[in-house]
Amino acid sequence: MKRYVLGKVVFAIPLLIIITFLAFGLNHLSPVEPAEAVLHAQGVPEITKELIAETREKLGMNDPFLFRYGSWLLDCLRLDFGSSYVTGLPVWSQLGPAFLNTLKLTLVSMAAIVGLSIALGVGSALREGRLLDKGIRGAAFLLTSMPPYWLATLMIWYFSVKLDLLPTSGMDAWQSYILPVAIITISYAGIYFRVIRSSMLGNLNEDYVLYARANGLLELLVTKHILRNSLQVAVSVFGMAIPVILGSTVVVENLFAWPGLGSLSVRAILSRDYPVIQAYVLILAVTFVFFNTLSDIVNAAMNPKARMDR
Amino acid sequence: MKDLVVSKLRIWDSRSGAALVEDSSFTVKAGKCLAIVGESGSGKSLTCRAIMRLNKAGLRQSGDIWLGDIKLTALTEKEIRRIRGTKLCLILQNGMRAFDPSSTIGSSVRETLAWHYGWSRSEMIGKMAKAMTAVKLDDYLRILNSYPHQLSGGMLQRMMIALAIVLEPEVVIADEPTTALDTVSQFEVLQQFALLRERLGCTMVFVSHDLGCVKKLADEVLIMKNGVIVEKGAASDIFHAPRHDYTRYLVTAKTSVNQHFRRLMGGDSFVFH
Repeated sequence: MKRYVLGKVVFAIPLLIIITFLAFGLNHLSPVEPAEAVLHAQGVPEITKELIAETREKLGMNDPFLFRYGSWLLDCLRLDFGSSYVTGLPVWSQLGPAFLNTLKLTLVSMAAIVGLSIALGVGSALREGRLLDKGIRGAAFLLTSMPPYWLATLMIWYFSVKLDLLPTSGMDAWQSYILPVAIITISYAGIYFRVIRSSMLGNLNEDYVLYARANGLLELLVTKHILRNSLQVAVSVFGMAIPVILGSTVVVENLFAWPGLGSLSVRAILSRDYPVIQAYVLILAVTFVFFNTLSDIVNAAMNPKARMDR
Repeated sequence: MKDLVVSKLRIWDSRSGAALVEDSSFTVKAGKCLAIVGESGSGKSLTCRAIMRLNKAGLRQSGDIWLGDIKLTALTEKEIRRIRGTKLCLILQNGMRAFDPSSTIGSSVRETLAWHYGWSRSEMIGKMAKAMTAVKLDDYLRILNSYPHQLSGGMLQRMMIALAIVLEPEVVIADEPTTALDTVSQFEVLQQFALLRERLGCTMVFVSHDLGCVKKLADEVLIMKNGVIVEKGAASDIFHAPRHDYTRYLVTAKTSVNQHFRRLMGGDSFVFH
């Protein structure tokens, strides 16, 4: 197991280097001259060639590509992503708090998604074809087919405006979490519970289940074995869901005025604020690698075969 | 020891209503071995599982099954669960798939023993070690600490037999236990079944489509085709004087395959050593 974990972590290092290279390089493929974008962003009325040349020199853009990449990478390791072209403030002072806010929202949602998916998946698999199964699948189908922004608007209207139970927006108290978390949970758990359900159904027909029952084991213990084997598929899916949610909270954050990454990144992209975009891409990619590695490790801890096959 | 009596067993699919086993009655005398023979889909496995009441939810059964004076078909789910494992023991075809792939063999076995008998860990290991040595699984500690995919099909098959030895059931139901094995392991496992009967003196139901295996173990044979019992009788009668056409076909098919094999291997002069 130790060797497996070490192997996974070592494998992540070259992956991270490639990612940083792409994050840095992609921005330089953009047809827009970065110096011009800076001047635009700062609202300079008349952009002359001399001004562009001067800005290029000031931002160090005349240095060789690899040299600039190297010094950017070293700065990144110290969480120094440069300064925003628009505000002139250090990128991390904006991105850091926003990232934390979105991470909080994501982790709370993830806990709800995992809990709900397992409960619904197990419930509907054990009652396959019966009323409970049909009810869960029907409700999940209905809720996931509603666009999140519409569902969110309805919920804000009902719970916040009509019943006045929950805040409409912001991030002030734990109550602020309920609606955004509910919206994210509904759209993901409605899909993920099916992964668990079908995996459970596949396992239910396995010989080891028949043998455990033939040995007189309690149905609860048998279900525990089935769940343990079914969750192995789900762990990878859940692991990858965290960065996906992290990168796709734009709609929910905008609706609930959540001061997170989603709103920040959209603003940065619209104003071509390259340092912020670069840092955003980099942070998301790193979390992808991190949670992917983590889910591999958790999976190996649960599945002896994966641990040995590597 | 008690007789196992199956009377007018009928199994059908609750959705389509199609009968899968029709009006099946037979008795296995205490301590005897009954072989159920038939091609796949003839209802052999369904009959076995019906005795333990373990058929899938979509299948229904009617008729009575008695183990001595216990009417198995009238027990509550809780009562039959107590009987499964302790009085009725099932041994499956594919040892590779009979144990939870994510647990060690030892923890699967301990779970069963702890549930039925509440033995301490050392007591369980002591008993398992004895039984495993009896079925020639000598390196018992290593095997108990292994996961199913680290062992061979034959070893896992013998592991099921070892568990049966410890559980000391009155009836052992073996559902095609040799089909998934190579010839050498088949021979070893068959030997273990013979020893198991000697050791426990248990009643045995042995499902197979291999007449060679049946000949070695069975006292009585029951031939099934399309869910119906077509012939039953003492093993020697079935092999030497089959009455039903289908039985004759099975026995002669076996003989002609054997002859063909001998010819291929160098004529009648070829002798097994």
